[in-house]
Amino acid sequence: MSAAINSGEALLSLKDISLSFGGVNALSGITFDVLKGEIRAIIGPNGAGKSSMLNVINGFYHPQQGEVWFDGALRGSLKPYQIARQGIARTFQNIALFKGMSTLDNLMTGRITKMHSNLFWQAIWKGKAEKEELKHRERVEHIIDFLEIQAIRKTPVGRLPYGLQKRVELGRALAAESKLLLLDEPMAGMNLEEKEDMCRFILDVRDEFGTTIALIEHDMGVVMDIADRVVVLDYGKKIGDGYPDEIRNDKRVIDAYLGVAHD
Amino acid sequence: MFYRESGDFKSSYAADQQTFPIRFDRIAVGVVLVFAFLVVPFVIDDYWEKSILLPFLVWAMAALGLNILTGYCGQVSLGTGGFMAVGAYAAYKLTTGFPELNMFLVILLSGGVTAFVGIVFGLPSLRIKGFYLAVATLAAQFFLVWLFNKVPWFYNYSASGMITVPERSVFGIAVTGSGAPSWATYLFCLVFVVVFAMIARNLTRGRLGRSWMAIRDMDIAAEIIGVPPLQAKLSAFAVSSFYIGIAGALFFTVYLGAAEPTEAFGIDKSFLVLFMIIIGGLGSIFGSFVGAAFMTLLPVLFKNIMVAGFGWPTDLVQHIIFMLVGGLIMFFLIVEPNGLAQLWRVAKEKLRLWPFPH
Ligand SMILES: Nc1ncnc2c1ncn2[C@@H]1O[C@H](COP(=O)(O)OP(=O)(O)OP(=O)(O)O)[C@@H](O)[C@H]1O
Ligand SMILES: [Mg+2]
Repeated sequence: MSAAINSGEALLSLKDISLSFGGVNALSGITFDVLKGEIRAIIGPNGAGKSSMLNVINGFYHPQQGEVWFDGALRGSLKPYQIARQGIARTFQNIALFKGMSTLDNLMTGRITKMHSNLFWQAIWKGKAEKEELKHRERVEHIIDFLEIQAIRKTPVGRLPYGLQKRVELGRALAAESKLLLLDEPMAGMNLEEKEDMCRFILDVRDEFGTTIALIEHDMGVVMDIADRVVVLDYGKKIGDGYPDEIRNDKRVIDAYLGVAHD
Repeated sequence: MFYRESGDFKSSYAADQQTFPIRFDRIAVGVVLVFAFLVVPFVIDDYWEKSILLPFLVWAMAALGLNILTGYCGQVSLGTGGFMAVGAYAAYKLTTGFPELNMFLVILLSGGVTAFVGIVFGLPSLRIKGFYLAVATLAAQFFLVWLFNKVPWFYNYSASGMITVPERSVFGIAVTGSGAPSWATYLFCLVFVVVFAMIARNLTRGRLGRSWMAIRDMDIAAEIIGVPPLQAKLSAFAVSSFYIGIAGALFFTVYLGAAEPTEAFGIDKSFLVLFMIIIGGLGSIFGSFVGAAFMTLLPVLFKNIMVAGFGWPTDLVQHIIFMLVGGLIMFFLIVEPNGLAQLWRVAKEKLRLWPFPH
């Protein structure tokens, strides 16, 4: 566990968040926080509200109730792209890459919040736009090396196998150099070897870039291995929150996973 | 054998992202440009100007514009004819209202006016997508043509309702009107097309182009990673309309000389340009040229072969051409949705590695 967590400073905290779609309560009264520098896992059975949670965090869903605090300030009602600009990046449960673009362009798009040259300079290219492009290209190449995807740099991502697409999507999120990284099932559908690679990348991201990470994962082995703390959702409610060891032995959590009838 | 990148390693990212990374391509483009600027003007005649080169340049410009909106940003538009009309009428009002205004400026300002109109008609794209957006732009097409027919101010209250370009010159040489020499009108259009093709290439390879493509490929993910959808879509509408407005202005001032909106800028023009970019390749600058060449030159070629060569009646040949073009469009939609540019790319990829495919 890194030193930052011990200092206990929250990067993100959610207070009493409730979100419903028509009659469905996707989230009810959820409160939890993510500390600076930690890897925070969100687990729970299918339909528990995990993805909805991430959608609330990056502003794609607007909760009917509750507060989101990010980086020390209460967040007002912002558009998702504004929230991205504040320093939250994510990957998606169903890969959401830009299929018609190369790996390189996908990663460069990840840096879009950091690029500013205006229409005029873009049109001229020589000068400001090119300089900016090269500067960001260098950062992106660093990520390409880090994720070991040099060979597919120029390949349109639609042609890549699933496991590599997941990796490129992680790369695109990393390219944003965000403060908070949200990963929605980054290892779903991967084989053991790919999962091990992905775990290594996630740990390295935290260690090398100091990024705070919140991730959703179904594989309990993985969660127990890499998460600093775990929050458990079931039917939109929080039923557990703590260190992996505590969660592993929590009766309510075990019940939820074993499918014990709700009352 | 000469089409090679072996031994042509890129040692910097700048070299790696240049427009034509392969030396042979750079030379080829250079040769084409030298030929277009230094040879063609001396050999051009009236037939080549009016039947081949001017239409090709004008439609290439329009195709570039629509490709930015549809090919790069994924917003389907059937308003191209209407936007060309805006460019044409802007050019008409500018040339007649300000006789001293430089023709380059007239064309650019006409593009600017069209860009503004494009933004207005692009606003629905923030709410609606795909088929519904296409219908909305279709409404723009009909509205604009109706407007230019209906409001006499646009055609300076002329009795015929037509607009006719006054003679205007640049550097003392006429580029509009019947007295304009072929080489001058050709060069005038060529300068615009070459400069704006380079600008299109620049715009599509950087931040702006990526934000367009991101919106095209997956708009929700694009917004979540930080692309403002409003800015991305409206900038695509603006830039695209700018190009199409220039195409319309050139079409009217340099090529047609006189125009009537229903005839010159009808819905058939919208489809024509759409077919060009589908056949040439959506999301490809090169494809815009290929598509424009294909759609303007093919009919001329067929006409020459069938009418002049076989002596078939003109109207029969006209119908055959319609059927062929229709068939080709279906072929491309089904077999190679990425157009001729993609076929070319694949062929090049094979050639680059030949004779060792693996
Ligand atoms: N846009 C939406 N409209 C309507 N209902 C929704 C929407 N998004 C989520 N829900 C509902 O909210 C509940 C929680 O869904 P969510 O996707 O957050 O679950 P999850 O925990 O991510 O599940 P999984 O493990 O299957 O990914 C589900 O009942 C789902 O049907
Ligand atoms: Mg989910």
